[in-house]
Amino acid sequence: MTGADAIVKCLEQEHVEVVFGYPGVAITPFYNSILSTDIRTILVRQEQNAAHAASGYARITGRTGVVAVTSGPGAENLITGIATAFADSIPMVCITGQVDSKLMGSDVFQEADISGAVESFVKYSYIVRDAKDIPRIFKEAFHIAATGRKGPVLIDIPIDIQEDNLNKFVYPEDAKMRTYKPTVQGHIVQIKKVIRELSKAKRPILCVGGGVHLSGAKDEVIAFVEKNRIPVVCTMMGLSVMPTHHPLFYGMVGNNGQAYGNRAMNQADMIVMVGARVADRSISQPDLITENKVLVHIDVDPAEIGKNTQPAIPLVGDIGSIFKNFNELEYESDYSEWVDVLNKYRTEGENRKSAALKMAVTNQSRMQGADPVAFIRTLSLAMEEDAVYVADVGQNQLWSCANCVIRKGRFMTSGGMGTMGYAIPAAMGAKIADPSRQVVAVCGDGGFQMVMMELGTMRQYDIQAKVVVIRNKVLGLVRQYQHYHYHDHFSVIDLGDYPRIDRLTEAYDMHYYKVEDNQNIRKVVDAFLDDPVSSILEVFIDPNETA
Amino acid sequence: MRKKVFQILVDNTPGVLSRISGLFSRRGYNIESISAGVTADPRFTRITIVASGDDDILEQIEKQVRKLVDVRDIRELKPEESVYRELAMIKVRADDNMRQNVIAVTNIFRGSIIDVAPDSLMIEITGNQGKVDAFLRLLHGYEILELARTGIAGLGRGTEHIVYID
Ligand SMILES: Cc1ncc(C[n+]2csc(CCOP(=O)(O)OP(=O)(O)O)c2C)c(N)n1
Repeated sequence: MTGADAIVKCLEQEHVEVVFGYPGVAITPFYNSILSTDIRTILVRQEQNAAHAASGYARITGRTGVVAVTSGPGAENLITGIATAFADSIPMVCITGQVDSKLMGSDVFQEADISGAVESFVKYSYIVRDAKDIPRIFKEAFHIAATGRKGPVLIDIPIDIQEDNLNKFVYPEDAKMRTYKPTVQGHIVQIKKVIRELSKAKRPILCVGGGVHLSGAKDEVIAFVEKNRIPVVCTMMGLSVMPTHHPLFYGMVGNNGQAYGNRAMNQADMIVMVGARVADRSISQPDLITENKVLVHIDVDPAEIGKNTQPAIPLVGDIGSIFKNFNELEYESDYSEWVDVLNKYRTEGENRKSAALKMAVTNQSRMQGADPVAFIRTLSLAMEEDAVYVADVGQNQLWSCANCVIRKGRFMTSGGMGTMGYAIPAAMGAKIADPSRQVVAVCGDGGFQMVMMELGTMRQYDIQAKVVVIRNKVLGLVRQYQHYHYHDHFSVIDLGDYPRIDRLTEAYDMHYYKVEDNQNIRKVVDAFLDDPVSSILEVFIDPNETA
Repeated sequence: MRKKVFQILVDNTPGVLSRISGLFSRRGYNIESISAGVTADPRFTRITIVASGDDDILEQIEKQVRKLVDVRDIRELKPEESVYRELAMIKVRADDNMRQNVIAVTNIFRGSIIDVAPDSLMIEITGNQGKVDAFLRLLHGYEILELARTGIAGLGRGTEHIVYID
């Protein structure tokens, strides 16, 4: 058995179903060995997108996404994808081919120190120096990627190690790591303290983040808040933990969130952050949230707690396990007055939004084209109940976050890194993870053009993810920034009129749909979503729209 | 700004030192000194880092370092519970006239002369940082040609805080 055979065997032991990647000489032994297994391979069109696809796959399955690329330029192209996954704590194992181990360090053709390059945004990295270490390293890598605060792990394997012979292959039962032992169980004293505080609180609120998804703890969290009637808000990464119209849900907080959600946070006397960083995007002034409030911070990563503000009660552990404990504890509470207040805020806020929307769609707003808010609403309501909505980055992302209606579905986006071009490959990964679910990627025309080569991948493998392009012919969010901060002194944001997406769809044998105004949005969206053939929906909007 | 001495026990994996020092540099933590060496058990390395920052930063340092996969243990070596030592080697210009004076100062500090050349002396001195600093101050009037300091190494007193390795 060769080292490459051993790698493939490790992937089988880890029940890996699919590898996203791009070959080159340094990884050919691996791609040769994988042919003799049932593991599916997907050839993306650029390595970055392999990582994004693996990320989409990981988010939907809750399992570790796997990527394999070649040395040098292949590995370098992967970097943005790894950093994006790291920022959102996505479990991933990235295998990179490397030049011959005897030549490493001498700057030979296609040599790059990839483990050095990604050091600060992987959870861990390995350089394999001996083929017999392969089983142990893979066991550890999958363990590290998927436990504690999840994240990408990189394994760099020189080509000669892939070709070396292994006398015997024994896959370890478990990763025996002397140093790495993440906390899973929450400390019971702290857990009881949280419950005690909750029983004293008059105006508590839960702020849920991406950690709830990562822990697979959605049901436990919802059960807890429903049982005790506790209001909930979320961060961008925590969208779709709660259904949008859940009676106890008050929207996304932060600069781009709902005003009534932020108001709820400000007026609360107790905030429970759950798998959410107290990060700059969601909490603009971390110091404020500890003022006159009891702050509880629940996170699997102890280093996240107290990083931006000191909580009164830190609680480290897996969210699913902690909420299971919470649910076993009974306490008396009556927050109905508080809930009434928040309901009033929410109704006012929603009424204001509806009125604004009505004005916009009846074309009293002087904007050309379709109204992006109306479009996103309509799209999300037309989507299947459990559909996956993948938002790209830019104005389109902000409109999506604030207006997309989630029922039983899933919302995902590149929250931590804000990487343009994430949506389409991530949607591919999500669709591969669960072909029975409807998956829709929504992106701007800038982000779309960063990844439109992946239409080839979608067609080749018949990956039926739907693509929506919000067409404003500019880098909208940057333009909006220049509008506010540089008084319309626009610089390098014009994208021009190309490509002609109608013709592009032709090149890929896809169907083309367009929305140019507020008439018939629903009809076009329905036809687009129902089309069994891969299709793109282009939505023309005014570049002056602000998000 | 406070100073803290951290003792870090790490798995002796390739690149472990760069992982630790990289963490400090990218997060903008201040290192005053760092020293490292293998422990009695060759699988582990003990690193002593003197870091400075406000209380929040020092707490983050401890948490972020603990999070690194290779890190077995990190703890503060509190001054009252620990012993610190640093070694310094100092090459001082000293001709026949000055040699005796330098030797005398060195003796007071229980340092030793470890090399003699016609126009210079090399001194070795070991002690806590305060002692080394004080010695260097005493050499003020002399011309220091070269200076090498190891950074401090430290251990907790007694057997209470020992990390036993399986
Ligand atoms: C890879 C990458 N490059 C640059 C940026 C900075 N950036 C953030 S939003 C944005 C504009 C996005 O334009 P578009 O995709 O057309 O979406 P819109 O804002 O118009 O909806 C840019 C350039 C980024 N987030 N990611």
